[in-house]
Amino acid sequence: MAHSSTHTHESNTKRIWLVFVILSIVTGVEVVLGIIKPDFLVDYTFLSMKLLNWIFIILTLYKAYYIAWAFMHLEGESKGLRRAIVWTSVFLISYLLFILLIEGDYVYEVFKNNKVSWDF
Amino acid sequence: MEATVIRTGTEGKTWGGGNEPLRASYGKMMMWFFIVSDALTFSGFLAAYGFSRFKFIDSWPIADEVFNHFPFMHGVDAPMYYVALMTFILIFSSVTMVLAVDAGHQMKKSKVVFYMFLTIIGGVIFLGSQAWEWKNFIQGTYGAVTTTGGNILQFVDEDGKRVALADFVTAAPATRVQHDRSNGLWFTEEPALPAYTIEDVKTSFLANENILVRTQAINADGEKTILTRAESERKLVAEGAGIVEGANLTHNEYGVPLFADFFFFITGFHGFHVLTGVLINIIIFFNVLLGTYERRGNYEMVEKVGLYWHFVDLVWVFVFTFFYLV
Repeated sequence: MAHSSTHTHESNTKRIWLVFVILSIVTGVEVVLGIIKPDFLVDYTFLSMKLLNWIFIILTLYKAYYIAWAFMHLEGESKGLRRAIVWTSVFLISYLLFILLIEGDYVYEVFKNNKVSWDF
Repeated sequence: MEATVIRTGTEGKTWGGGNEPLRASYGKMMMWFFIVSDALTFSGFLAAYGFSRFKFIDSWPIADEVFNHFPFMHGVDAPMYYVALMTFILIFSSVTMVLAVDAGHQMKKSKVVFYMFLTIIGGVIFLGSQAWEWKNFIQGTYGAVTTTGGNILQFVDEDGKRVALADFVTAAPATRVQHDRSNGLWFTEEPALPAYTIEDVKTSFLANENILVRTQAINADGEKTILTRAESERKLVAEGAGIVEGANLTHNEYGVPLFADFFFFITGFHGFHVLTGVLINIIIFFNVLLGTYERRGNYEMVEKVGLYWHFVDLVWVFVFTFFYLV
């Protein structure tokens, strides 16, 4: 493509290694938390999910952000392309998760409370 | 190449393709659109997994107990270490990939070659690790008993440590020979007979006073429920219906059958992506070696295959969280 030769690309090596260190540390924290499972994070819940699981999910999204922005270079793409990619995915995936998880919980309640023999 | 291109005289003009929508080249944009659709596919799988898990929220297998193997450490309980290592390998191969892209921007061919080579090696190691993980999962460690209601009963000693079936079951003299082609129907044979029957398990269990039954139900402490000796005997004798060792698509010794189905399906689908990623990387690697992109004047193809490779890493980050951590 003609345009890439007109750009001057300075090396991003330093940033790449920095992101690698961040990703490794976050993964390390996840693994340590997963092995220790601190009591206070397991005992308390927010929106009927353990705090520990919220931490895992937030750290995962944090890692996903760095992979998409730094490695897949979304930060350098035009705003329109970035939004086409991120907003589409975020909207559709949130919707899907909302529907399916609510439904899964409902089915669980039905099995638990209604006159259905699950273990016979 | 040049000879096959039809010249319309509009090159460089908007309607001749001179305008790049969203300031991204055609190939890169299409790779992004593919990635978005593939991301939605994976989300569908993971959301379905979430659905099933919420449905069986109080009896879902605990990942730490299922994936606790580490190479060369037999019988050591090593939850998460191996999968953490796999995650690390995949992230590192993503780093070498982005370094290859970076070197491509500066037209440094030998560096691109070196980093792409490392990326391919990382991908191959990851695939091998996943195969090993599958092997352990399919083989199983302890074995369990299925009940008439389709649930799983596992065995523990008085300290709550898991006991394998093979450790306490003694087989009664075999009354039945394996059916193979020479002594049964000529066109079919059956798999190897299990070493013991459910009746052997029941009699051996009654003879071993210090073994208890563990059910799938998760108690208030987030652990599987262990029955008292009297309850264990009653439950096993009344409901024990068969033996299950390891895992396949219909039965698994870890608990809810859907757990194994989703494990095979999601990590399998991801592994298939890694495999194709490695293959595409190899093709591009040889193109780089041959100097194709040097002649073309840019390494955008490395960037595009890099996008795919990072996407595979991105998916793994989510699979790791939802299968092994949460």
